[in-house]
Amino acid sequence: MEKMMLLGDEAVAQGALDAGISGFYGYPGTPSTEIIEYAQQSKQAEEMKVHRNWSSNEKTALEAALGMSFSGKRAMVTMKHVGLNVAADPFMNSACTGAHGGLIVAVADDPSMHSSQNEQDSRFYGKFAMIPVLEPSNQQECYDMAFFGFELSEKYHIPVLLRLTTRLAHSRSGVIRRNSIPQKELKLPEDLYQFLLLPAIARRRYKHLIDLQSDFLKEAEESPFNELTLDATDYSVGIITTGLAYNYLRENFIDQPIPYPVLKISHYPLPEKAIHQLYDKCDSLLVLEEGMPFAEDILKGLSWTGTKPIHGRLDGTLERDGELNPNKVARALGLPDTEGKPVPSVVRPRPPALCVGCPHSDSFLALNEALKDYGKGHVFSDIGCYTLGFMPPYNAINSCVDMGASITMAKGAADAGLYPSIGVIGDSTFFHSGLTGLMDCVYENANVVIVILDNSTTAMTGGQEYTGYGKIEDVCKGIGVNPDHIRVFKPLKPNWDEMVKVYKEEIAYNGVSVVIPRRECIQTLRKKNKMETPE
Amino acid sequence: MKKDIILAGVGGQGILTIATVLGAAALNRGWNLKQAEVHGMSQRGGDVQSHLRLSDQIIWSDLIPYGKADMILAVEPMEALRYLPYLAPEGWIISNKTPFKNIPDYPDEEELYAEIRKIPNNVLIDADSIAKSVKSPRSMNIVMLGAAIKYLEFTPEELKEAIKMIFNRKGERIVEENLRALDAGINA
Repeated sequence: MEKMMLLGDEAVAQGALDAGISGFYGYPGTPSTEIIEYAQQSKQAEEMKVHRNWSSNEKTALEAALGMSFSGKRAMVTMKHVGLNVAADPFMNSACTGAHGGLIVAVADDPSMHSSQNEQDSRFYGKFAMIPVLEPSNQQECYDMAFFGFELSEKYHIPVLLRLTTRLAHSRSGVIRRNSIPQKELKLPEDLYQFLLLPAIARRRYKHLIDLQSDFLKEAEESPFNELTLDATDYSVGIITTGLAYNYLRENFIDQPIPYPVLKISHYPLPEKAIHQLYDKCDSLLVLEEGMPFAEDILKGLSWTGTKPIHGRLDGTLERDGELNPNKVARALGLPDTEGKPVPSVVRPRPPALCVGCPHSDSFLALNEALKDYGKGHVFSDIGCYTLGFMPPYNAINSCVDMGASITMAKGAADAGLYPSIGVIGDSTFFHSGLTGLMDCVYENANVVIVILDNSTTAMTGGQEYTGYGKIEDVCKGIGVNPDHIRVFKPLKPNWDEMVKVYKEEIAYNGVSVVIPRRECIQTLRKKNKMETPE
Repeated sequence: MKKDIILAGVGGQGILTIATVLGAAALNRGWNLKQAEVHGMSQRGGDVQSHLRLSDQIIWSDLIPYGKADMILAVEPMEALRYLPYLAPEGWIISNKTPFKNIPDYPDEEELYAEIRKIPNNVLIDADSIAKSVKSPRSMNIVMLGAAIKYLEFTPEELKEAIKMIFNRKGERIVEENLRALDAGINA
């Protein structure tokens, strides 16, 4: 079959397409964005008429995917790890409703926080929801697990969590395709009340989910993605790898066989029998995981462990935080570490920055000017390119917590008496999770200035469309913001005086103001003009 | 045979295009490839790197281990030095001389060049000027690729073939620009 060079994310998308998916749903978020972007650019997806538009947020996306699953078709919902917090309500409940058409929840975690505010490990969510979790170790498994995940989902009528991590999501390698299979027909669930979680039904569904646990365990014990190699020469330590940690282990034994027995895990719940066999054979265990010490923690709590040491991130054999690499694994194995020359002191940090010509740059500088008589500590911000307003020369913001928190934190601070209290949020983020917070402000006429930076795109993730495009003023008016205090300007140097004046007037107004600096993202503008990127 | 290459630069300078062309040449040989990229926040004017691994054997890790890279290929001199911990003792450092100054405390270029020249196997060229001189001002990255290929034991023909494959859909003019840039880099 055809071999393609694909990112882990792209392999997931291609696998889902070849497995007859009918709908992708999601909200952009590094490192998951390329799954849907790939589907959006795919001719095959177009021919198959696969749904692949962005949703307003991860919660609406997951619910829509659940609706497609109800209708008997295969669906996938994609998001970054913190997106699953937003979608946690439908996610947890979908474990009880179960699925009808195959349903995969593809979540990309970001250990080392390359582009995120935390490094939470989605496997905990999988265990919390009591559903099967698949964690590919390479691009081929990303592809294969789309097929496998849909089959598993349909076999047990259960959503399946597909956990990716940055290094795999954004690394490219060869993937061999299979024959594609046709899409499913529209078909209602046999039990029309399966998805109706009234207490009486929910109790039954939850018992059913509990009953399924032994089946899920059996599937993991027999999974083609879990592999126990007991044959070894040195039983002083048995090694357990999860996900792509397996590759870092193999990297350290390129020219020689691994002397230790190894259990490779890519399908959860943890295959207990295999772990027990390994434990019995060895003097100790070493657990190599990309992410939090998920398996290690569970192992330490099993009734039959406790007499032999279990090493990993919890006892300091590996660093507690950050993504793995071959060298960390080498050190954990007691192998000689390698390192080139140190970075010369002349090298300076080069943190990410707002682009030259970015509209946010003008918006922040004018806001700083308007606030200069009040001192620092008045600006709550949000998740997006504008979080870089933290960097010099702007030093313009004081918070970045989660999607939408700028508005609600500004409200809470205003409630506490902070004046001025400013929330700065992007246009796409506003429609993701800002709207409801603004309604809280309007409900109590909070004394806040909400700045909605409108660059007409979801910029940080590379310029995706969003659902509320062109609707900011209408929506603000509709939820009750006084139209006199919805102010729009174009953030450009020549408009400096106007910008500062608008900010100052709205700071002076006692009530809810919405200021909308509107100018297109310089990156999407360049793309449109077919100009090359700078230099 | 394996070649582990750290590609280094600043977001937007075109290191992924280098990876794509070199990757295509390796695939034409029937080799395997793994290429770890940086997407997301760092792409906004920050330092970016790509781990490009080419081999006729199975490649396991997506990341090159520290001290094992055969080459650092950098389109910017300060970025060339940022990844020295990855370079093998006998490895090559191939860097563009033109600085990309988007930070207030960018160091003196001569200090950077001096550090690069401390690596026994170094090549330091002004790829921006070379690209302009052959009327391919946007192909500085391909000039750098040209300067690197003999140390990677790839032939000019293999790379030209790859450039034609990759840039074909962008039209004849772009293909020619990049072929000129490659030749200029090879002869630099």
